[in-house]
Amino acid sequence: MNEYQKVDRTTQLTDQRRSKANTEKITIMNKRDWSVHPPYLFPDYKSTVLRAPTKPLIPLKHTLSELTGPVYGHDMIGKYDNDLTKNAIKNGEPLGERIIVAGKVTDENGRPVRDTLIEVWQANAAGRYIHKVDQHNAPLDPNFLGAGRCLTDNEGNYKFYTIKPGAYPWGNHSNAWRPNHIHFSLFGNHITSRLVTQMYFPGDPLLQYDPVFLGVPEKGRKLLISEFKLDLTEDSFALGYEFNIVLRGKNETPFETK
Amino acid sequence: MRENKLLQTPSQTVGPYFAYGLTSQQYRYDHAQVADGNLIKDNNNHGECITIKGQVLDGEGNFIPDAMIEIWQANAEGNYNVCDFKGFGRQGTGTDKNGYFIFETVKPGSVNEAAPHINVIVFMRGLLSHVYTRIYFSDEAAANQKDEVLRSVDEKRRATLIAKRSEKNGVEYIFNIRMQGENETVFFDV
Repeated sequence: MNEYQKVDRTTQLTDQRRSKANTEKITIMNKRDWSVHPPYLFPDYKSTVLRAPTKPLIPLKHTLSELTGPVYGHDMIGKYDNDLTKNAIKNGEPLGERIIVAGKVTDENGRPVRDTLIEVWQANAAGRYIHKVDQHNAPLDPNFLGAGRCLTDNEGNYKFYTIKPGAYPWGNHSNAWRPNHIHFSLFGNHITSRLVTQMYFPGDPLLQYDPVFLGVPEKGRKLLISEFKLDLTEDSFALGYEFNIVLRGKNETPFETK
Repeated sequence: MRENKLLQTPSQTVGPYFAYGLTSQQYRYDHAQVADGNLIKDNNNHGECITIKGQVLDGEGNFIPDAMIEIWQANAEGNYNVCDFKGFGRQGTGTDKNGYFIFETVKPGSVNEAAPHINVIVFMRGLLSHVYTRIYFSDEAAANQKDEVLRSVDEKRRATLIAKRSEKNGVEYIFNIRMQGENETVFFDV
């Protein structure tokens, strides 16, 4: 069996205590589900060709190294860090359509992932990143940075205020355009649950042509598209989009090890 | 085994513009980042201070200037998540003209009898799902010989996981990450 076994996380037990714990409860982490995650090699996305590993991944029995991870607290979060419409104001409001992006971070059993750091970054309403190498001929917005962060609350919920990002061209193929998207980075409870992904918008006609999105197996694609929600929408202020995120969690089926 | 209720959210590439989102100060933007390449500043560290340096190389042997490396490690006594040593670092490869990532840290101690190692997560434009690898140390030959994870790797590929120690400019380890080719780095199914 190549199941990942571990004694309960964070505590490093002495051998004696560990052998006792082994007979009581073993936690197995779910594997990465390659029926939803994109493969390394996806030739339509040209940069994968020279960067995708070619050899099979080597199985690794999880140890404390995999079942621990960095913890970030509220001291890392400033007042406007989750409000990209306010966190870079210099001389006025950022331009574009103000939106709310909110959702719940859970594991695969639906359990909330609490107090976990979410980092986001995105283009402005014109489809321009503030990044120095972005040469797209579209205007920068002096009042919009396009980066923010927050922690999930005790129920795994998070909320950002931002500006709807614009589409932008890229060099993958002729007339290639990235659909509107927001980049998300999450830690979860340990490094096995680390996730970097992109959130898309419902009904975007560019999705069907985008090899980054299409690299995701069909079964997983709808999980990356946020849903418009009227009850998240704030009257006379901003449209609301819900984007729930599911991180790898524990398989809790108990079994005997001895 | 019980079916899980929900599907994992699929991974996507970190793209070319992670720099101002995740590594802003390293790339000289003026907003804060949560982690950088220096794991020992502000910490009351025990143990040997080391530098880990490397390039990420593509299938043609060219260095990749838009990768992001994260490391996660125990302190010198082999403990994770201790209050005086965070153990987490993050570096982009785009600020050094030759694409080097550079971490200043302490050499980790052994955890539960494993050989000392640092866990590595690699992201980049062109990589739709991140990869995991580990850094072991060339001066730990005896411990490496006994390490269960290293022993599970084909002997011919093991060297890709071992950082080479040099003491020319302080203690420096070189750890290159080869995405493809004859000496492709071992990546783990973590």
